[in-house]
Amino acid sequence: MKDKSIKMLKTIGLGFTEPLIRLFSGEEPAKNGKLFFKQALLPLLSIFLFIAIWYAGATALYNSEAEVRIEKARAEQGEEAALAMRKCIESGDVSCQPNTLPSPAQVYTAFKALWQDHLSISEKKADFKARVADTNSEREAQGLAPITYTGRPSFLDQIGTSLKTVAAGFLLAVFIAVPIGIVIGLSASLRTSFNWLIQIFKPVSPVVWLLLVFMIVKTVITDPSIDKSFIISSISVGLCAMWATLINTSMGVSTVDKDYINVAKVLKLSIGQNIFKIVLPASLPLIFTGLRITVSVAWMVLIAIELLAQSPGLGSFVWEEFQNGANDSNAKIIVAMFVIGIIGFLLDRIMLSVQNMMSFNKGIA
Amino acid sequence: MAILELNNVSKSFGAGSSRIDVLTDINLSVREGEFLAIVGFSGSGKTTLINLINGLIFPDAGEVLLKGEPIAGPGPDRGVIFQNYSLLPWLSVYSNVKLAVDQVFPKMSSSEKEAHVLSYIEMVNLTPAKDKKPSELSGGMRQRVSVARALAMNPEILLMDEPLSALDALTRGSLQEEIIKIWSRDRKTAILITNDVDEGILMADRIIPMTPGPKATLGPEFKVPFERPRDVTNINKDAQYKRLRNDILEYLIEVGATRRQVSDQKYILPDLKPTMPGRVIFGRKKKKDKVKYF
Repeated sequence: MKDKSIKMLKTIGLGFTEPLIRLFSGEEPAKNGKLFFKQALLPLLSIFLFIAIWYAGATALYNSEAEVRIEKARAEQGEEAALAMRKCIESGDVSCQPNTLPSPAQVYTAFKALWQDHLSISEKKADFKARVADTNSEREAQGLAPITYTGRPSFLDQIGTSLKTVAAGFLLAVFIAVPIGIVIGLSASLRTSFNWLIQIFKPVSPVVWLLLVFMIVKTVITDPSIDKSFIISSISVGLCAMWATLINTSMGVSTVDKDYINVAKVLKLSIGQNIFKIVLPASLPLIFTGLRITVSVAWMVLIAIELLAQSPGLGSFVWEEFQNGANDSNAKIIVAMFVIGIIGFLLDRIMLSVQNMMSFNKGIA
Repeated sequence: MAILELNNVSKSFGAGSSRIDVLTDINLSVREGEFLAIVGFSGSGKTTLINLINGLIFPDAGEVLLKGEPIAGPGPDRGVIFQNYSLLPWLSVYSNVKLAVDQVFPKMSSSEKEAHVLSYIEMVNLTPAKDKKPSELSGGMRQRVSVARALAMNPEILLMDEPLSALDALTRGSLQEEIIKIWSRDRKTAILITNDVDEGILMADRIIPMTPGPKATLGPEFKVPFERPRDVTNINKDAQYKRLRNDILEYLIEVGATRRQVSDQKYILPDLKPTMPGRVIFGRKKKKDKVKYF
């Protein structure tokens, strides 16, 4: 039971809890206590250290910005204005706060504000839904589209949109890159003939991909009722991120162990059997390594693309907050930064555990 | 009538100055139902020879005839036990054998197939491990799976390419006995490639030594007169065994020595004068002790 749960935790990437579990079951307390300290408490300490440095830096920046404001008031309006400015800043009045790197406390407040905002918006949404329920059922009977809530999305809704975009882009990347990778991997001449294309387009910046996709999509899709920004951003994400999978798949397929190929030859497997019974399973570990890279690239690129494509999501949230310039905008941007980082980390962990499940030759020396 | 014949077979790899003549003038005739061992130094081209027979490569000159027909490619009529097992690591023991059975007996019903696969797994004593992956097995067990897979194809010729050379002496001994036991049931033609003379004497009817490469060829044959079933301890005491073993070894050592003498390659050594080492020495790293800071 215990070993099973440890194994499961390891596959989902929570291996650092192993000593704690062993510690609780009374197994070698001295050794496991030390291990737990090393693997779990030390990272926790480093988080505190990080927050302390952040706090110190934010305070220093705040003070220097405040000084600049006071000096400016003194130079432009005289001593009296400078004193008034100092008083205003010390009182914590919103109107004259220095606008700089927010402190950890401000970020936490912004996080709570965003959460409250989400709660109130979802309440409004539920309220709206209840109010239009009757109308909507009538409209449905008449064959009309239901009335939907069109208010401002909350922060959580935007996270959801971002995840949807990245999932669509990832699926697109998989459906393009894996089959092409297999075909290219199987034939050396195809590989050499398309290598230039891969090598040239792989390093192209996400912004350029976005513009390219925009050029095509705006001509192809003319129906104004279709959400073009979502299509554009998900296609761009897919095109940016697919290269790792494409290259890894073609490499995996082209470097299948010669022994397996010999087995296939001795058994006289047909081409289809050869691909599905030998080549594909043998290259699955490399394909999944590629998919893992694709997911992390997709998530990284997504923010920049949403920011430019004006498609709703975390990227546009960050950009709107930056343009907004409200008192807590900077803090909200930092919240978004952490959320982006944590989600990216979780996505990577999910892909890592899938990848671990797929690798069969761990035990083969 | 010989089931397998090799007439003046030569094989070389590479071209130009990097060309290596691996095998020259190989003449071999294998009778149906015999157990033949080919013994030779490592690197003498034994695997090349077995690959010529199983059809993975083709000779540059001469012909390889199976029942009088030249070999067109690999096929399940020649079951191969590879030196490095060549099991598919994503399939279980059962599925590894099943893949071969599916391919060779497509007309069998699924229950017949299952019985067939299980009987061969049972034959190599792996029934308790039939659902395990190759990575969970020991080297000896992996090789037994490979044996079961090759035998389950019901091949006309069983080709064994140093099947036991990666195993420890004890496992090796027990697997030798097992392979012989399985072979003696239906006495199919078997060709064993090995670098161990004792293994050859214990298992084969006939031993043919191979001269060391490059340009390796086959030497004179040695008949193994012992009755089957052979017992290792009894054979070890036999005076005839010692003579046979010494003869083969002497032959191998002799060809090894002459081969070295006839080498016509000239080595031109560079005309260098040693200089006294100075203070600065490039390319040599001081060995650093790893320092632990915490």
